[in-house]
Amino acid sequence: MSVENLDTINWNMPETDTIASESSPIVRINELNVHVKDHHILKNINLEIPKNQITVLLGASGCGKTTLLKCMNRLTDLYKELKVTGNIFIEEDDILNTSTNIPTIRQKMGLLSQRPYPLPVSIYKNVAYGIKLKGIRVKNLIDYSVEKNLKEVGLWDEVKNRLNSPATSLSIGQQQRLCLARGLAVKPRIILADEPTSALDPISSKIIENQFKVLKKHYTIILVTHVLRQAVRLADNVVFMHDGRIIEQGKPDELFKNPQTEELKNYLVEGN
Amino acid sequence: MHFRRRIVDKISGFWMVTTMVTILLMPVIIGVGLYIKAQPLFEHNSVWDLISSSDWSPSKGKFGFWPFIAGSLYVTIFSFLFAAPICLFAAIHLTQFSSKRLVQIMYPVIDVLAGLPSVIYGVWGILVIVPLVSNFLAPIFNTSSSGYSIFAGGIVLSVMCIPYMLNMLIEVFNTVPVGLKEAALSLGATQWESVKHVVIRKSYPGIISAFGLGIAKAFGETIAVMMVVGNSVMSSHNPFDAGYPLPALIANNYGEMMSIPMYDSALMFAALLLLVIILAINLVFRYFIHKTQKQ
Repeated sequence: MSVENLDTINWNMPETDTIASESSPIVRINELNVHVKDHHILKNINLEIPKNQITVLLGASGCGKTTLLKCMNRLTDLYKELKVTGNIFIEEDDILNTSTNIPTIRQKMGLLSQRPYPLPVSIYKNVAYGIKLKGIRVKNLIDYSVEKNLKEVGLWDEVKNRLNSPATSLSIGQQQRLCLARGLAVKPRIILADEPTSALDPISSKIIENQFKVLKKHYTIILVTHVLRQAVRLADNVVFMHDGRIIEQGKPDELFKNPQTEELKNYLVEGN
Repeated sequence: MHFRRRIVDKISGFWMVTTMVTILLMPVIIGVGLYIKAQPLFEHNSVWDLISSSDWSPSKGKFGFWPFIAGSLYVTIFSFLFAAPICLFAAIHLTQFSSKRLVQIMYPVIDVLAGLPSVIYGVWGILVIVPLVSNFLAPIFNTSSSGYSIFAGGIVLSVMCIPYMLNMLIEVFNTVPVGLKEAALSLGATQWESVKHVVIRKSYPGIISAFGLGIAKAFGETIAVMMVVGNSVMSSHNPFDAGYPLPALIANNYGEMMSIPMYDSALMFAALLLLVIILAINLVFRYFIHKTQKQ
């Protein structure tokens, strides 16, 4: 098999645009509630997230944005004290009540955290890790995918001569792009980004934001942020959260120009 | 700056430097003291002869330390082989998989075990491990044993070291960021894969450090081992035979056999050997930590 043809391979996962039409939501959340003992963290969340757009979860720290994000790839399973009820449909799968194994669900969603967490291995192995977990062992395929995904996040030229160096030797901004490439390598449907630029300098932040604008052609991006300006710059849809509830949602122009609730009005005043 | 604040600043700085230098000098002072006291022994024997000879006849002036060095190494290796996997997997389970409730139960238990005086472990060894080795384990390997053996010493020592190493490993695994584990999981790793590929890998220097300190502690442990190891000067390779580790030699004989010429110096040399070996173990593990961190 020639390397030129490798891009056409279906790695057990259909391409994003063959799954559903542009208008259909890729994520549907019904009556989602999260409790820790007596504390009600997420309250009756109902939400639809459209495909191939950037949906921004906006709100003050502690309003439940990150918890909502972690419910979507079931990282909440790590916290045994959390009780999660309701339904989250990713395409047609109800991921909270499924017999599908959890790693497969998680591979549908690339995760970008607040600060980069490169695995304690080389740059190459970071990108190759998820590919190998999918059972792909052919070195040509892995090499090709590593290069392709590093190019996709604009990192290839910076690291192509030191792929075997530790990933931690990269700058924080480069590490975050590496984490993005690592997530893209497993061919996710959705990118979950939890304040991905909060630890970065303005230049690195801009690079990541620009990547998102390019990537949304092929991926659905759910971005958590509390930075109003970032939401304005990037969002196709905004979901405003307060105290574990969704208060308002809509297109950024409508939402920011005509806020309907006191909570959002206050947030916009404070944010500006 | 106000005069009084400057004086306080100087005094506190001087005090901190003094305490630090004292700590740094302690092993040097101990080492030099032991060397001076052991020096008469070197007038009649080379250091190599002392550490490589197995001929131990103090009344004839023959001081071969090899059986004691081998006894110490043997007991330490056995205890490490028993304790290391137990500690590693227990620490992984407690930090990565256990419920908070189990952790809350386990921590006080570990602390109690760490605080038990070593003589209690020794008594437990005599009552439980020695008969177990004599009646059950030795026959399995087609050999006979009184039970007072290297093997019994290894088991007792491993149980003593478990809380110590376990506490350190728990600290090490708790320092691995949750985000790193989440990163591996989000790429499709299972819980165990995320632990194996990320948590353990990230913790290599800490694991090596915990093991190194555990071994150093085991090597110098005296009372409990002395009570179950048999204290017989033999150079056998059979772990079901008795042994005689260096700390036991010193503890058993210091103050007892001083009428024999050079015995005092020989015991000081044994103490010096103990110090040097523990220092060497620490240096070797520091090297591995450094190498792992660079990787």
